[in-house]
Amino acid sequence: MSDAWKNFEKGTWQTSVDVRDFIQHNHIPYEGDDKFLVGPTDTTNQLWKKVMALFAEETRKGILDAESKVPSSITSHGPGYIDQSLETIVGFQTDHPLKRGIMPYGGVKVVKDALTAYGYKLDPETEKIFTEYRKTHNAGVFDAYTEAMRDARRSGIITGLPDAYGRGRIIGDYRRVALYGIDFLIQMKNKEKKELEMDYMDAYVIKLREELSEQIRALGAVKEMAKSYGFDVSQPAVTAKEAIQWTYFGYLAAIKEQDGAAMSLGRVSTFFDIYIEQDIKNGLLDEKAAQELIDHFVMKLRMVRFLRTPAYNELFSGDPTWVTEVIGGVGIDGRTLVSKTSYRMLNTLYTLGAAPEPNLTILWSNRLPEAFKRYVSKVSIDTSSIQYENDDLMRPKYGDDYGIACCVSAMRLGKQMQFFGARANLAKALLYAINGGKDEKTGLQIAPLFAPITSDVLTYEEVMPRFDLVMDWLSQLYINTLNIIHYMHDKYAYEKLQLALHDRDVHRTSACGIAGLSVVADSLSAIKYSKVKIIRNAEGLAIDYEVEPDSYPAFGNNDDAVDQIAKDVVEQFMTKLRRHKTYRDSTPTMSILTITSNVVYGKMTGSTPDGRKAGEPFAPGANPMHGRDHHGAIASMASVAKLPYDQAEDGISYTFSIVPRALGKDKTQQVNNLVGMLDGYFYDGGHHINVNVFDKETLLDAMEHPEEYPQLTIRVSGYAVNFVKLTREQQLDVIHRTFHERA
Amino acid sequence: MKHGKIHSIESCGTVDGPGIRFVLFLQGCPLRCQYCHNPDTWKIGDGTDMTVESLMKEIVKYKSFMRFSNGGVTLTGGEPLLQVEFVYELIMACKREGIHTAIDTSGYIFNDYAKKVIDEVDLVLLDVKHSDPKQYEFITGAKLQPTLDFLNYLGELGKPVWIRYVLVPGLTDQPEAIEALALHLSQYNNIEKIEILPFHKMGEYKWAQLGETYRLKDFDEPTKIQMIEAMAILKKHNLNVVTT
Repeated sequence: MSDAWKNFEKGTWQTSVDVRDFIQHNHIPYEGDDKFLVGPTDTTNQLWKKVMALFAEETRKGILDAESKVPSSITSHGPGYIDQSLETIVGFQTDHPLKRGIMPYGGVKVVKDALTAYGYKLDPETEKIFTEYRKTHNAGVFDAYTEAMRDARRSGIITGLPDAYGRGRIIGDYRRVALYGIDFLIQMKNKEKKELEMDYMDAYVIKLREELSEQIRALGAVKEMAKSYGFDVSQPAVTAKEAIQWTYFGYLAAIKEQDGAAMSLGRVSTFFDIYIEQDIKNGLLDEKAAQELIDHFVMKLRMVRFLRTPAYNELFSGDPTWVTEVIGGVGIDGRTLVSKTSYRMLNTLYTLGAAPEPNLTILWSNRLPEAFKRYVSKVSIDTSSIQYENDDLMRPKYGDDYGIACCVSAMRLGKQMQFFGARANLAKALLYAINGGKDEKTGLQIAPLFAPITSDVLTYEEVMPRFDLVMDWLSQLYINTLNIIHYMHDKYAYEKLQLALHDRDVHRTSACGIAGLSVVADSLSAIKYSKVKIIRNAEGLAIDYEVEPDSYPAFGNNDDAVDQIAKDVVEQFMTKLRRHKTYRDSTPTMSILTITSNVVYGKMTGSTPDGRKAGEPFAPGANPMHGRDHHGAIASMASVAKLPYDQAEDGISYTFSIVPRALGKDKTQQVNNLVGMLDGYFYDGGHHINVNVFDKETLLDAMEHPEEYPQLTIRVSGYAVNFVKLTREQQLDVIHRTFHERA
Repeated sequence: MKHGKIHSIESCGTVDGPGIRFVLFLQGCPLRCQYCHNPDTWKIGDGTDMTVESLMKEIVKYKSFMRFSNGGVTLTGGEPLLQVEFVYELIMACKREGIHTAIDTSGYIFNDYAKKVIDEVDLVLLDVKHSDPKQYEFITGAKLQPTLDFLNYLGELGKPVWIRYVLVPGLTDQPEAIEALALHLSQYNNIEKIEILPFHKMGEYKWAQLGETYRLKDFDEPTKIQMIEAMAILKKHNLNVVTT
């Protein structure tokens, strides 16, 4: 077929859209070490210097610039450059780097508020259009919400819902643009549509046909956008530079059209490697030039921006975009998917310095090449910028061509998407169980009325049946709320380009989540093994609890007495979620992930029976509560590894911080021990881990002198941030978390 | 089931032997080293009573971490060989689980029971406090000879050994003493490495808590240069020297 494919190993990928098949036939597994890597070119240094200057200006002003009139679309804004003479890979979301576009299809109020917060004014005409003539996702959702849903949202038992912003967590298979070119993709979409000329047009088929038409138009728009930069992407990419540029255009089109919370990239490194190695073989590239291409691509990924309100920033601090790229893993045939470009991608943390984006995620397997294991561990120790997820756990479920959306959500690329559902606050649910469905802060009846606990001391026998009841109610309300949100998102803010880079019949999940797992586990443990006295206010509402610290087994000490409770809670809630009917017959799943919202959740939740006081932060994700994991680093890891992934398939996030000397006496030992810890944790069933290696003093110093730490990157729950961009409250939360210091 | 007196447990040790180690601090010690940072492990009879069975239950929870980091279990103290029968059973139980074992000992207790342990254990971390018998006795309150005999026996067996030597300026840093140590150690080919540990005062507060007089109050921690000089002497004899 295409001339671009003449040097590639043939396969079914040539007749149907199948990037995985192309990779499996053509990738070159690399088992060697990092010695081949090179530093940045002069061009890269010059360009990066300009980018750093833009970042500095942005930090000073809050945002660099924003559009205030023209809604963002694939073709809305003309080409933008930093310095065209230096850029190897081109393209920005608007006509200027870091200038933020507006996406009112999700909700016009959010756009207006965000612009106002930064001193811009939404064009009155645009506002009128999206108020009077064009309905938004947000407006649709609130038309359909029930009273109970509004109450639950307000009380904070379900929060972070994507009902006023893009849902995100959809990964277009952007590699398809490079491998096939747009024309072939349109041709295949037309074929899919043709197959839907049915005898009877029911709602299902009608919806799909309309969506396919939208997808085809979006693909056409990508060609137009690329043309404005002087590229013709109708045909497959030929060179490595084209492959990277084409893929980036696919991704760029997605982020021009959607401002979903997490706009992840997928799994491009080893795909690029096939083109890079071919070019090197043909004398078109050398190692310096290859690294330069990757460096320039990564620079673009570090410059993805969305317009957010300050309230959003409280939930997800530090301007994250979750441009998640997964690296490594093992194929189902046992060959490693590590390539030289896996190394080149990680090398950007040295050539350009540490950074939170792209969200580099290592797919760890016990069978990864030893040299690669050692290299990534060294990168962690040097930069604290990468996260790890268990390929041996996910491969049986998702095959060997899946990506991670956001932080921990695995999905087959181009074949699967999720309806993002934020999270329910299980700690609050437990308090509702004690208070007969009343909110502990307002006294309002939020859950259905039932008999509150009236004794002075909490007993397991009294609490558990009530907790079960509250979870029944909560799971139903939660799924129904998501059904409304995603119905409306499909209707008013459909991701036409991202779905154009999927197969027609996509597997969908309804991705629920829970916050406060360790608070709940410790509370139940305290109730079971210690004595928890209730303190009530004048109205008889339980508002505080008295319990001796350290008087009960706490989650995070590898103690089955409480770890089993945590496991049971996860399974119990997931089982309840599975009982309800979901929108588009999606499969319910659950994550244990809070991102940085553990601080906000804590604020909205009263005192809990574990001794945590009202307003204090939860632990992030699946982490043990701060300062309660007394048994050392791996005891804490071992507890988290016990949580059942089968009951939390949307991911279990764990953030781990250790001081360098606790890892070993010298770098060699530190690397060896970190590899051992990761191998052990994942072998025992752990799903995800963020690894931070530094001393607390560094963070304290960075709080005092932020200007000296522009690139200090730390992993929080599921993503990385520039430490200095966190709110002071969140900085303190990070510092108060357990740093494993014992050696 | 054998009982032992345990001072404390560390599930994630990275400095007492190779890899990630489950470190068991045993209670009781016959030595009274002036620079000891764990004087709270001295008193025989203190500590928590634990069985081999209950400890093994804890230990196997960390098996994956030990296995993948090439780590294992380290018995230290105090002096683990004061509870020799208990230590023997624990080592045998670890071996049955395929877990690597190490003991950290002064070598002061050298008898037939101790030999039984030495025969089975995978690695010995042997703390040599000084090479001169008089100085040794001054520092520890005990004789040097048993330690030398202990080392000799390890040599006969070809048992892997890591020598540990704490460098205290003014107490253990005499070049001639280190030279003598190097010469003595050079006779053996089962010594895998020598760890020079810089003296630190992090345990000083414990002496006060126990009502003991800390005699090294005015002693300084070694400088980098002092460390390098001491290590150079050992290196001269082609010994594999490392530090923390």
